[in-house]
Amino acid sequence: MSKEPAAPPFTPPDAPPALELRGIDKRFGAVHANRAITFAVAAGSIHGLIGENGAGKSTLMNIVYGFHRADAGEIRVRGRAVEIGSPQEAIAAGIGMVHQHFMLVENFTVLENVVLGVEGGALLSGGLAAARAELGRLARDYGLEVPVDAVVSELSVGLQQRVEILKALYRGAEVLILDEPTAVLTPHEADQLFTMLRSLRAQGKAVILVTHKLREIMAVTDRVTVMKQGAVAAEVITCETSPRGLAEHMVGRGVLLQVEKRPSQPGAELLTVKALEVRDRLGVARLKNVSFSLRAGEIVGIAGVAGNGQSELLEALAGTRSASGGEISFGGRDLVREQIDPRARRALGLAHVPEDRLRMGVVAGFSAADNAMLGYHDAVRFNRGGLRDEAAIRAACAEKMAEFDVRPSQPELRLAAFSGGNQQKLVLAREIYADPNVLLIGQPTRGVDIGAIEFIHKRLIALRDAGKALLLVSVELDEILALADRIFVMNGGEIIGELARADATEEKIGLMMAGVRVEVSP
Amino acid sequence: METYTLIVLLLAATIRVATPLLLAAMAGLFSERSGVIDLGLEGKMLGAAFAAAAVSATTGSVWLGLGAGILTAVALALVIGYACITHRGNQVVAGMAVTIMVVGLGPTLGLAWFNLGGQTPQLDGAGQRFTGVVWPWAETAREVPFPGVLYAELLSGQNLLVYFAAGLVPFSAWIFYRTRFGLRLRAVGENPQAVDTAGISVNGLRYQAVIISGVLCGFAGTYLSTAASSGFVRDMTAGKGYLALAALIFGKWKPWPTLGACLLFAFTDALATRLQGVALPVVGVVPVQFILALPYVLTVLLLAGFVGQAVAPKAIGQPYSKEK
Repeated sequence: MSKEPAAPPFTPPDAPPALELRGIDKRFGAVHANRAITFAVAAGSIHGLIGENGAGKSTLMNIVYGFHRADAGEIRVRGRAVEIGSPQEAIAAGIGMVHQHFMLVENFTVLENVVLGVEGGALLSGGLAAARAELGRLARDYGLEVPVDAVVSELSVGLQQRVEILKALYRGAEVLILDEPTAVLTPHEADQLFTMLRSLRAQGKAVILVTHKLREIMAVTDRVTVMKQGAVAAEVITCETSPRGLAEHMVGRGVLLQVEKRPSQPGAELLTVKALEVRDRLGVARLKNVSFSLRAGEIVGIAGVAGNGQSELLEALAGTRSASGGEISFGGRDLVREQIDPRARRALGLAHVPEDRLRMGVVAGFSAADNAMLGYHDAVRFNRGGLRDEAAIRAACAEKMAEFDVRPSQPELRLAAFSGGNQQKLVLAREIYADPNVLLIGQPTRGVDIGAIEFIHKRLIALRDAGKALLLVSVELDEILALADRIFVMNGGEIIGELARADATEEKIGLMMAGVRVEVSP
Repeated sequence: METYTLIVLLLAATIRVATPLLLAAMAGLFSERSGVIDLGLEGKMLGAAFAAAAVSATTGSVWLGLGAGILTAVALALVIGYACITHRGNQVVAGMAVTIMVVGLGPTLGLAWFNLGGQTPQLDGAGQRFTGVVWPWAETAREVPFPGVLYAELLSGQNLLVYFAAGLVPFSAWIFYRTRFGLRLRAVGENPQAVDTAGISVNGLRYQAVIISGVLCGFAGTYLSTAASSGFVRDMTAGKGYLALAALIFGKWKPWPTLGACLLFAFTDALATRLQGVALPVVGVVPVQFILALPYVLTVLLLAGFVGQAVAPKAIGQPYSKEK
């Protein structure tokens, strides 16, 4: 991703901004989600909105798009104050939004999705014909080609996102908001998206890019608004700042973006996988002929676009999904043939931090103390005379909280009341305290803020240096590159390539993620 | 010739049985395509059957009866809608609750008003029932062997509600696939959030769908008490609402395949009636209970094995709220 010089402003400098927010304020009960937010986005520019999870970015954009109503403040479009109380009014004001989770009807065609809500009459035929013509024009003007008669569920994620952008443009959007648009894209698709955004900018549209990835902000935006705890922490011109500077604004202190680590010292093979195969309920192979081994003292990263078998691999290793073939050798046992269940695997020293923390890793309604021993609740130290030893459970949790800097340090508090980062730190503490030989870890920093990411990364490196083996699955390529000593790339249920960290570049991994087999010198 | 007449009579019986099934299935189609499970079909039909018979018996006009049937079914549909759409209640529970309520309420009101043990009076006066509409030259056509009998027994002589039901299938298909309303209805059952972000009211669409379901259930119930029989009898729907739901699923939530499913169910039903007491080759006389169970056994088999990948509307059964 190369950084381009900012395009010259498309509109004369004295023209009113395409979108201006003045003193937007919003409370949800006790939470002050937005505090007097003020910023302006010029036509013909790309404006970044960055901040940690819970900084109030989504709330702010939902206010602009009419999902929520601000308690105070004013939204001005092209210099005129507008009242936006519903998405319909936002659309009418020329504001379009591409949501992180696409708002597409999957079994509809592209054309049907585009016209939904603006059919142009009680009968469909006229509206569909008009939309077909208009989509042709948009394809020419912006380079937004889509197969209009294809069913959406058959399109790639990148194309589905393009449909979302077309939907907004078809409705006459002059301001386009994109919420975390690259979360689901390969690096190549993300580059295509940025090219599209630049051509929108050249046509005079105002684009707001909401993200927490510093790299993207640096790559495409002209200005950046940094949010922190519901307020604007800084507004800067992109080419006058650096990732480090932005991170400091986001967190309020200096942050190490790159974890420091020594070269790995791989030891004995701890876990060996041979020709592992997993089929889903319909008999479709989700994992095909996967073979590799994990050695003591290394972190192996699994890269890939979400849904290419990484989750199945992790679950098959942890035992929460049964393998239909192959073997997993660990501690002298074949976990597949002996059908060893997840708890027994954990007892053997194979710990698992699941990808979907809330669904598989914790019980959000239980206290932090209960969650901190979940899965280890049979251990002698938590029980006394057949009953729970409440004091020991609380003390164990308090100890983990202290060591892993979980805040607030209140074992009785319901887990749901903790932030994502603190929940994850507690889960990690639980699994690391069990002293496993192999730790499987999925999306360790999903929904986790930058400060906690740094902490978690350091703990994972420390675990590696203590001679453990780690298998890391993450959709964040940066994370894989930062932590892994060896990298496997998965595509379509197969490991299609292995790279040593020293040989791994974003381009190579990106190509492999897209399914291209790259010849790598061993 | 004898066999041929038998077949025609069998088909005629199929049409009679299929009509209420089809009306109810189409009602369910609108509701379920919008994302609201329609377990209240049985109750709405039964309520309409009672109201139609009661009003027709009292006023002497089957058309007023039809109106009363529709109003009753729509009122019940709105109860379900209020619980499930406005208050985001459990759709299965709401539908079942309405059905259970009507099962008891109909006979109770009937007893209070007519004192006939929960039934309504016999509808035997002129204009109190929907009766067959004889098409021109039907009697003459009967003399012509092949197409004549078909014309006289199948096309002609059915009542208006049968023709209405037949016309409803292409009309529904047209609504679903050719109109703005249909596009939005299909969308709201698949991804209500997409509809909401497109600036269309999710609840508004679902209420419209539920009301249409009520109207069609009104027709179905009215058919049962004023066309297929002459008066309301306790539990006269006899599970047809659930059978209609099964037909809807077997028809993959699409109008034309649903028609096929309704006809298939109705045909086995008609066949079962014909086969009672008839000695079959090899097995001899089959006990009547087995024969009567045939349509239901078929339903279970079809739904269990032969539906293939019937993909339900994705958002069915999920109450919609803006907050994720």
